[in-house]
Amino acid sequence: MQDVRETLMQGRNSDGQPVRRPLSPHLQVYKPQISSVLSIFHRLSGVALTGGAVVLALWLAAAAESPHTFLVAQRLVDSFAGLMVLFGFTVMLFYHFCNGIRHLLWDAGYGFDLSTMHRTGYIVIGATLVLTAVAWAVGFAIG
Amino acid sequence: MNDVNSTRKMRSALGQVRGYGPAKSGLRHWRAQRLTAIALLPLTFYFVISILVLKGANQVAIRAYMHEPWNAVLFLGLAVCLFYHAQLGLEVVIEDYIHNEGRRVLLLLLMRGSVAFFGLLATISILKLAL
Repeated sequence: MQDVRETLMQGRNSDGQPVRRPLSPHLQVYKPQISSVLSIFHRLSGVALTGGAVVLALWLAAAAESPHTFLVAQRLVDSFAGLMVLFGFTVMLFYHFCNGIRHLLWDAGYGFDLSTMHRTGYIVIGATLVLTAVAWAVGFAIG
Repeated sequence: MNDVNSTRKMRSALGQVRGYGPAKSGLRHWRAQRLTAIALLPLTFYFVISILVLKGANQVAIRAYMHEPWNAVLFLGLAVCLFYHAQLGLEVVIEDYIHNEGRRVLLLLLMRGSVAFFGLLATISILKLAL
């Protein structure tokens, strides 16, 4: 006997060919909007930041290993490619941080109406840019 | 119809037999994800400041920084919350996008193992620097 879930997966595409329906989330059928784009970017930045966490672990391990290993690690971080990656992680971190606050506020029941949601979305983008700029400006000012 | 049992039963008999519906453990995951997120708000702030303070520092300076109990504790807290939060988030992503059950289970195992590995690596490294 066929599984009831399998039955619900039967569909036809626009050519009339039988297809297995895609599971959620089928991103390709929606027009990009600030709500969906920010949501996708939240996941994307979360996944990317896991890479950042791995880099952090390796950096700490290099420091714990020996002064020489740490010197090698610092040289990698200080290289042009290293700084580019670090800049990417900074943007992702501040975005995930700001949008995470937005998510926590939703969990608490605030900011659900469409206009507020759009406004907080733009605030998140603005805050991400400002925080990234401030962090790197302070970093360069320290010298 | 007002019978408590009939209103409570949202699942069909067949669905119940097949074990469909919630696994009764979703709230724990959801809660843990939020709790680690809340903990990570101040910890991230502290982390960014630490990185700026430690910019261009050599290994001796890092060691001295981690030697301060406050810094060691905050970095350990950061490592635990960060890797736990990462594991919870990646779990949901894998469950959403990998539809083949065998591949999904394998990837979840690999992901949990890797996150645990790097989480432990960070923890041990912080402890070694601190002690």
